[in-house]
Amino acid sequence: MKDKLRNIYRFYLDGFREMTIGKTLWAVIIVKLAIIFLVLKLLFFPSKLSEYDSDAEKAQAVRTSIIK
Amino acid sequence: MNELMSTVDWSRAQFALTAMYHWLFVPLTLGLAVIVAVMETLWYRTRRESLLGITKFWMTLFGINFAIGVATGIILEFEFGTNWSNYSWFVGDIFGAPLAIEGIFAFFMEATFVAVMFFGWNKVSPRFHLVSTWLVAVGVSLSALWILVANAWMQNPVGMRFDPAQMRNVMDDFCAVAFNAVSMNKFFHAVMSGWALAGAFVVAVSSYMLMRRSNVEAMRWSLRVGAWTGLIGLVFTIYTGDGSAVAIARVQPMKLAAMEGLYDGKCGQELVGFGILNTDKKPGDDRQAIFAEISIPKGLSVLANHDADSFVPGINDLINGISLTPEGDTVSTVSYAERIAIGKTGRQALAAYNDAMQRGDSAAMDSTAAVVEANFRYFGYGYLDNPADAVPPVALTFYAFRVMVMMGGLLLLIFAACIFAAGTRRQLWNKPLMHWVGLAALPVAYLCSEAGWVVAEVGRQPWIIQDLMPTNVAISDVSSATVQFTFWLFAVLFTVLLVAEVSIMTRYIRNSTKRDITK
Repeated sequence: MKDKLRNIYRFYLDGFREMTIGKTLWAVIIVKLAIIFLVLKLLFFPSKLSEYDSDAEKAQAVRTSIIK
Repeated sequence: MNELMSTVDWSRAQFALTAMYHWLFVPLTLGLAVIVAVMETLWYRTRRESLLGITKFWMTLFGINFAIGVATGIILEFEFGTNWSNYSWFVGDIFGAPLAIEGIFAFFMEATFVAVMFFGWNKVSPRFHLVSTWLVAVGVSLSALWILVANAWMQNPVGMRFDPAQMRNVMDDFCAVAFNAVSMNKFFHAVMSGWALAGAFVVAVSSYMLMRRSNVEAMRWSLRVGAWTGLIGLVFTIYTGDGSAVAIARVQPMKLAAMEGLYDGKCGQELVGFGILNTDKKPGDDRQAIFAEISIPKGLSVLANHDADSFVPGINDLINGISLTPEGDTVSTVSYAERIAIGKTGRQALAAYNDAMQRGDSAAMDSTAAVVEANFRYFGYGYLDNPADAVPPVALTFYAFRVMVMMGGLLLLIFAACIFAAGTRRQLWNKPLMHWVGLAALPVAYLCSEAGWVVAEVGRQPWIIQDLMPTNVAISDVSSATVQFTFWLFAVLFTVLLVAEVSIMTRYIRNSTKRDITK
């Protein structure tokens, strides 16, 4: 099992090392994911219903919004 | 009210922007995965080293697009939670289930085999590598399947019942949700259009390389594979588009009427090939709908019903609940005024249900829930003030449909010309004109593809869920300033990503003109 995990780890490590156009691409990917998950999601895109604890409260909030 | 409308408009604009940018990457991934798999299969069968080099060249371009495009769709899910929370809750597991399947099954399948595809050369057997490449192609299509099933349900809500206690739609028939005519046509239409677009990409890049007199034999071969894949994809896109038209005529007839600028339908209805829409025309007035019209006789009847003499209802017909049989007999259905009354009854019953719930009156809850259920078919109409509110933006739908069809026709000619030139008249590829024709394939394909989504999504307005929930009811209680800010944030972010992708790709392609890609 340990050998298998080590092989998988080395498979990915060698793959990343041998990428020919990898550096710029990975820089773009890492910056993009950081912006999406650390900036956009945390600062600008909270789930509006997450402020309610239970499903019943969430349902009530939506019902109240929809019938007004 | 102004504040609310502004929030709705900005939220819609933001979603449209995000979706359209996302759709720049997705169809290329869908189609290029197949093209790369076809190329690798041809290498595997012949073991010609030159084909391996060509396969790796296109695989690298696939990798750039995949890497830049990945996760851009997640932002759409953020928007559901923040801007569209009423909608997100209301659709419940109907929307959640396909997206969860997509995330768990297809995404992990892609992620696993993409690694083998890129890192596995000389580490796994050629057969296993080929299987991995094909599984990537299957995986990206499966991802698209579940996303498109979710989208199709919004256009054709079936296989569920509404539970007012949970305030959600509860799935009671998975097969009806996943495998109805709308979802299947939408899936194959979108995936096949991805093949066409990727074919156009390969044709365009090959043409650029041929223009630079680089890797001539490799690029001629690539061009043939790209043009054939594009042509096959486009033919199936047209075929499934025909299936979509039949499905739309049944489940979203107002969208079909808007696509044609058709106000008063008739038996043997013509299809508008070209025309200038009268934007002053409103439902019920006597103004002419289309100027300078060039039409195909009985074309719309054939398109919608596969029957040249069948009736196709127009906007006024649908509003008035009037339809005709192919024999010309008048049939009365539910008029939009009646639908509004039914919807308002359902809406009032839901309010009464809420009151009963607050009082803890279970008998009243049961009786009002029954009224909600009985009127739920047209529940969304209860939010409309008058029947004309149920008409989508006709001009945008009408022109987007024509752009899609015209660009699709042009792309078909480009593919046919490329196949002819590359196959039987090889010397034609020395002509600069053919290089420019090949280069034009890419913008034409993108225009066609994006216009198709405009038809699908603008044409279904005002509904976020057909007949059940108008777009302005789906919105969260957020300020328009916040949505406006994030709209511009996305505009900048996605533009930077697009510039990054294009610059990495063009640099790679330019550098490849200076080397022999077959080695």
